[in-house]
Amino acid sequence: MPFYVSPEQVMKDKADYARKRIAGIRSGVVIAFEGGILFVAPNPSRALRKFSEIYDRIAFAAVGRYNEFENLRKAGVRYADLTGFSYDRQDVTARGVANYYAQVLGAIFTDSQKPYEVEIVVAEVGKTQDDDEIYRITFDGSVADERNFVVMGGQADQVAAVLKDQYRDGMTLAEAFAVAIGALSSSVKGDGEAGGGRSEIAATQLEVALLDRGRPHRLFRRLTGARLEALLSGALPGKKETGAIADATTEPGEGAESAESTD
Amino acid sequence: MGADSYGRGAFGPFLGAGTSSFTDFLATAAPELMPGTAGAATAVTPADGAAPGSFARGLTHGTTIVAAACDGGVVMAGDRRATAGNMIAQRHLDKVFRSDDFSAIGISGVAGTGIELARLFQVELEHYEKLEGHALSLDGKANRLASMVRGNIGAAMQGLVVVPLFCGYDEDAGFGRIFSYDVAGGRYEEHRFYAIGSGSVFARGSLKKLYRDGMSADDTALACMQALYDAADDDSATGGPDVSRRIYPVVATITADGYERLTDEQAGAYAQTVIEGRLTDPDGPPAPLHQAGTPNGGRNALPSG
Repeated sequence: MPFYVSPEQVMKDKADYARKRIAGIRSGVVIAFEGGILFVAPNPSRALRKFSEIYDRIAFAAVGRYNEFENLRKAGVRYADLTGFSYDRQDVTARGVANYYAQVLGAIFTDSQKPYEVEIVVAEVGKTQDDDEIYRITFDGSVADERNFVVMGGQADQVAAVLKDQYRDGMTLAEAFAVAIGALSSSVKGDGEAGGGRSEIAATQLEVALLDRGRPHRLFRRLTGARLEALLSGALPGKKETGAIADATTEPGEGAESAESTD
Repeated sequence: MGADSYGRGAFGPFLGAGTSSFTDFLATAAPELMPGTAGAATAVTPADGAAPGSFARGLTHGTTIVAAACDGGVVMAGDRRATAGNMIAQRHLDKVFRSDDFSAIGISGVAGTGIELARLFQVELEHYEKLEGHALSLDGKANRLASMVRGNIGAAMQGLVVVPLFCGYDEDAGFGRIFSYDVAGGRYEEHRFYAIGSGSVFARGSLKKLYRDGMSADDTALACMQALYDAADDDSATGGPDVSRRIYPVVATITADGYERLTDEQAGAYAQTVIEGRLTDPDGPPAPLHQAGTPNGGRNALPSG
């Protein structure tokens, strides 16, 4: 007799597996502000990116297994460029990209042995903050239409609680950045599994990008080097005692010299 | 389904490591969208015994493009006329396109195929940049364009001939460079200046007399405007500045600050300067007959690295 496992059990096992793995991933924050949409996540690597450009006004953010979300990122760029080439640049929308990801992740969840251990966000800046669109797509292909901010990864509830408390409409870039850093630091305190025991945030340990409403054509850009140092020192005025944060604020010049410049 | 078939099927070409070239991806995912394939696949031979490719004569053709290196960059300019046989098909066609932040592509030949080629090339460069996280080198862009022109050879044999001119600011080298192509995809680096299209012979002759090494972007733009005026003077398919309609050649400069297309007012000002000069000197500014100063007038040196 062949070994039988009910579909319910298979789906439940896969979902439990994915949830458990994602719960162990450090959080990332996507937050809307007056001038666009800001992406902040701890990421010690300068080569393996969590945030990237999909199209003119659309960006991609992901946490989880790098090879899996990198695969999705490339698929999204291909989907967007093909749509834009077949029709017109304005016909590429975040909703279309999010739907595409829902289809892909849904198919992978159903058809393969192991679901993708990822959580992704597709964000598009509009003409005003009211027109911004943020979608969160999870490992099983479900899509959530979010407003103002979204948290990916483990401790999402904890980080989101801080964001919910501190978020307000029409924040500047510096204010939004400060709120995001505050929320992310709340999750790493004393959580060995998620934060790897680290409770500090230095500029070199952060990946920060933004969809800048004020730019023409392609709005995605990364914040690195001196600009990031300046933002970080502004965001953490009263926290000089907490390890690497103090280093970053007291020696901004040094860090800026060696850091990668904005591309 | 095994591990090998993650989401394949409908998503096949999209997922996986794949290629960073949009053209290669397009050839797999949507081959019908490749420029030139329609011409190559359906042999467009006229039924009435006319020569192959004769139908293409009735299609809209773009004409003259010039490019010249300037101090710290390069200038590209193109007239606005498109012809179909002996008719003027368009008075305000754009044939100079921004291909990315530091390069431009101008096209001459069958406009439909050329504009599609330029559009595909734009996506090609942006696609690579997004997938790889950094832009192609200028040589890489030039080579990529060569293979795309070569891909059009089937259509070119049917008469859908298109030849681009490519120029850009080389961020590594710190100066502007110009590349010309032939129908077979041959890629040739040009020094100082070059022109393509029906009026190119006259434009090149004009630039030969007007061009000086190390000219400012401003002077180079004026020299390109003079060259296009000379091309329009002797080639019926090249359009001169259209003062009554306020349609002027497209002029773009590419420097370390990136690609910038001059506004109609700015291009119009150069055109106005040329036109006013021609009112007294119809053949344009004369070059000195005897070379003064340096042995060769300081004009024949290749740009030094």
